[in-house]
Amino acid sequence: MRHMTAMWETFEHDADVGVRGFGASAGEAFANAAMAMTSVVTDPTSIRPALSFPIACSAPDLETLLFDWLNALILQMSVESVLFSKFDVTIEGLRLTATAWGEPVDRARHEPAAEVKGATFTTAKVDRSMDGRWRAQCVVDV
Amino acid sequence: MDLSRFEKTGEFCWTLSPEGAMRVPAVIYADETLISAMDEKVIEQLSNVTTLPGIVRAAYAMPDAHWGYGFPIGGVAAFDPEAGGVVSAGGVGFDVSCGVRLLLTSLKRKDIEARQDDLADALFEAIPAGVGSHSTIALSGTEMDDMLKGGALWAVANGWGEERDLARIEEEGCVAGAMPEYVSNDAKRRQRKEIGTLGSGNHYLEVQYVSDILDRDVATGFGLSKGQVVISIHCGSRGLGHQIGTDFLRAMSVAAHTFGIIVPDRELACSPIKSELGQHYLGAMRSAINCALANREVLTHFTRTVFARFFLDARLDLLYDVSHNTCKEETHEIDGIAKRLFVHRKGATRAFGPNHPDLPAELKPFGQPVLIGGSMGTGSYVLTGLPSSEAAAFSSACHGAGRAMSRNEAGRRWKGRQVQDELRGLGIIVKSPSSRGIAEEAPGAYKDVSAVAIAAERAGLAKRVARLKPLICVKG
Repeated sequence: MRHMTAMWETFEHDADVGVRGFGASAGEAFANAAMAMTSVVTDPTSIRPALSFPIACSAPDLETLLFDWLNALILQMSVESVLFSKFDVTIEGLRLTATAWGEPVDRARHEPAAEVKGATFTTAKVDRSMDGRWRAQCVVDV
Repeated sequence: MDLSRFEKTGEFCWTLSPEGAMRVPAVIYADETLISAMDEKVIEQLSNVTTLPGIVRAAYAMPDAHWGYGFPIGGVAAFDPEAGGVVSAGGVGFDVSCGVRLLLTSLKRKDIEARQDDLADALFEAIPAGVGSHSTIALSGTEMDDMLKGGALWAVANGWGEERDLARIEEEGCVAGAMPEYVSNDAKRRQRKEIGTLGSGNHYLEVQYVSDILDRDVATGFGLSKGQVVISIHCGSRGLGHQIGTDFLRAMSVAAHTFGIIVPDRELACSPIKSELGQHYLGAMRSAINCALANREVLTHFTRTVFARFFLDARLDLLYDVSHNTCKEETHEIDGIAKRLFVHRKGATRAFGPNHPDLPAELKPFGQPVLIGGSMGTGSYVLTGLPSSEAAAFSSACHGAGRAMSRNEAGRRWKGRQVQDELRGLGIIVKSPSSRGIAEEAPGAYKDVSAVAIAAERAGLAKRVARLKPLICVKG
């Protein structure tokens, strides 16, 4: 699945799915990677950004920070039974602070296709292209 | 996969001799069609596993192997704690102790067909399935710890299971050495309302019938006969296991350098079995095994309750419960010496041969039942462990058909409604909260389960006993 503006996409993995986000900053790329992760579960446009959740994490490197960020969202999705569709992420050094917006799972309206069990280090990459655009990606286990 | 690097060491056995940092050979069991169709990543990941400290004999891939995380799915590797051996969170995976159990009924196919729609509806209502579904059982802090220590034994003690089931579960329903104190609060929070839930993705509850008997003696010993109705439950340790996988994958990845372990892939992160982190992981992972065993026992209880409403004298007996994402401490003979090894089976089923001391008396003459899940259209297999299983891959066999294409590709090719209608035409009712979920699990998205089962048999991993075909499938 590739979003129209190509700010996020999912990519192939044998049994599971890779998620990839792009952005002008690392934070934006992380936010878009999260959007790609939501798309594994349901159509992100079906989720109303009604509730907000603060998330903060820090890690020894950017790949681990991406791992922590996506897994922090997965934890909230699981414990609070919510889905997210809007993210505001700030990354300073190796510290992330963010707000994620979403709403409780509505099984009739969202028809969630699969549960994301965890974000992995498989194909995990956070980097910047020659034109300055950031990319954040990894495979998630479904 | 390019086969030129391999030496064909048996009709269904392909060996890559150690090169570079590999400590032992990498061995793939498959026929030529299956191995040719495998992604190059399988041998890359399997070769990476052979570089880990303390690995014994070889790293093995089963006929259903595919690209996983760190380890290939369908990977088996054993480590010797006395030789610096390691335990790897990536080598077990996120869905710790995901597995299959098979319940036997005294019903015939026609008994189900007469009430198929009503039974499908009742099961779909009674079995919490899919994202956003919750159990009617919510666990407090102490109840959670009791469950993590007790496994299926805990479920039985609380009235959600039958005493007679316990002998038919690996480790008699409760693995020793669980240490809930090393399970994070996050993991426990994720599990609070998830005991007795199916999950989603490839997890299912199926009402099936025995379509073919392939080994009459063993089938009789297992209590299987042609036309008989059976029930398969495929699920794991739910949110708790997923979070334990996440917690320890991160911890091991960050700590790897402190143990001087250089891994070619971060996902292979591991710790020495004899390290504090290794021991904490084992304590937490065993808690997750118990969680999965409790979960499948509670789901069995829900299933029995529904069947009792429909069929007054229905008695659902457990044939066996196997886990296919685990690390277990087992005794194996290496060069004539019995050793305690930590055997990782990631997407691989234990397959003890006849007379193994860990089998219950009734199953000893026949070997351990090996339960192989296929797609919701093609069916499943019951196999049994062979005397040759031990030498082949530490008594291990395959676990499923394996995906032939990604979820994305399947979602593009099929629509859920269309899959449901086609399967209904074949006499199979599929119930799921998600139409897209059904499309992603379409039968065509999976490899041929028969080819996998035949390859497992020819390779000496396990022998086919019976084939099962679905009548009702509840998917998450």
